[in-house]
Amino acid sequence: MVLSTLVIAAEQQPSILLPAVADLIWGTLSFLILLFFFSKFVLPQARKLAAERAEKIEGGFRRAEASQAEAKELLHQYQLALAEARTEAANIRNAAQAERSQIVAEARDEAVAAATEIAQRAHAQIAAEQAQVVVGLQREVGKLAVELAGKIVGEVLSDDARARATVDRFIADLEQVAAEAGR
Amino acid sequence: MIRAWMIASGSTFEPPTVHEFFPPAALFADSAFRMTRINLIGLFMTLVVIVFFSLAFRKPQFVPRGLQNAGEVALNFVKNNVVTEVLGDKGEPYTAYLTTLFFMVLAFNITGFVPGLQIAGTSVIAIPMLLALVSWVVFNVSGIRHHGLGHYLKENLFPAGVPKPIYLLVTPIEFISTFLLRPVTLTVRLLANMMSGHLLLVLFFSATSYLLFDAAGFLKIFGLASYAMGFAFTLFEVLVAFLQAYIFALLTAVYIDGATSAH
Repeated sequence: MVLSTLVIAAEQQPSILLPAVADLIWGTLSFLILLFFFSKFVLPQARKLAAERAEKIEGGFRRAEASQAEAKELLHQYQLALAEARTEAANIRNAAQAERSQIVAEARDEAVAAATEIAQRAHAQIAAEQAQVVVGLQREVGKLAVELAGKIVGEVLSDDARARATVDRFIADLEQVAAEAGR
Repeated sequence: MIRAWMIASGSTFEPPTVHEFFPPAALFADSAFRMTRINLIGLFMTLVVIVFFSLAFRKPQFVPRGLQNAGEVALNFVKNNVVTEVLGDKGEPYTAYLTTLFFMVLAFNITGFVPGLQIAGTSVIAIPMLLALVSWVVFNVSGIRHHGLGHYLKENLFPAGVPKPIYLLVTPIEFISTFLLRPVTLTVRLLANMMSGHLLLVLFFSATSYLLFDAAGFLKIFGLASYAMGFAFTLFEVLVAFLQAYIFALLTAVYIDGATSAH
């Protein structure tokens, strides 16, 4: 009786450690469907998405780097241009200064030359006038002396060679006296 | 004493038995495709997984929203905590299998506490056994591909650095543990967890029902205690469902790693 109960129990209780064929079939079906679904649809989508994200983020980095480099390049160019402009300005300033000095010097030379010329001309004129005055005075003094002598002597001494020689000698004496006095 | 009370109360309490896991055929009875409630639950959950991930990745957005967020979190969990964690860079070819493994086991596990379904798809041995066998094939094939058959067997059966006579002891142990016990432990760990979880829940809730409605007098109080235990174990089953799926996938990854790395 005990044995028959056990047999019945064994018949009624299928082993929990023996897989049923139908369970294996349906389980395999589920497994294959899911494996196909994940490997052909879900994971490729996820992988594509991850790649896209990485691309976008890295692309952003690359773009930022590129614009930074561009900015640096621009700054460099600007600095170069600035330095060039500064050098040019300095050159222009130097040239202008040099030119100014030259102009000033030239003007000074010109002024000095003009002044010298004017002074020389004035001297010459003065000398000429002096000579003229001296000659005039000599003639006048001579005439006066002759007239005076004529009046004293009572004879006309003009147009006489002798008289002229006398006058000349007299004047020469006068000159000599003047020179000795001036000395 | 309690037995006396039970008998006195008129109806008897019937604790759950393994018959729980052998429900009558629902479809195709008397054929190889004989379908029970548990098979239907399995197919239903397969569909649920497909619908969930299809909706999540139907139109993937650069900035994920809603379901896509959940789908990405789920995929990344397997990718980071199983594939990359264990296998690192060489894990890529196994991602599809490990992901399938994790989500199939998880989906089949969680029906253990889903109202209306209330039995895990993995609580019949066919499902854990099937997956354990696939894992066994996968790790052995990847090992043979990596090392060549001879070298792979030598790596596993004759570990280096062991004095030769000790191989008499080590080799049979290694053979049994690597090639026989691995699939068995994978199978039994998952199966036993899901079966015992189901039995516990049935036990507590049927006891609640019995104690509250059929038992006499002060025993009704134990009905409340039984209900509290059932509730607590339901929460525990949520953890177990997730944990067992994770362990199954993780151990498979560890076996693959062991088979494909040089010692």
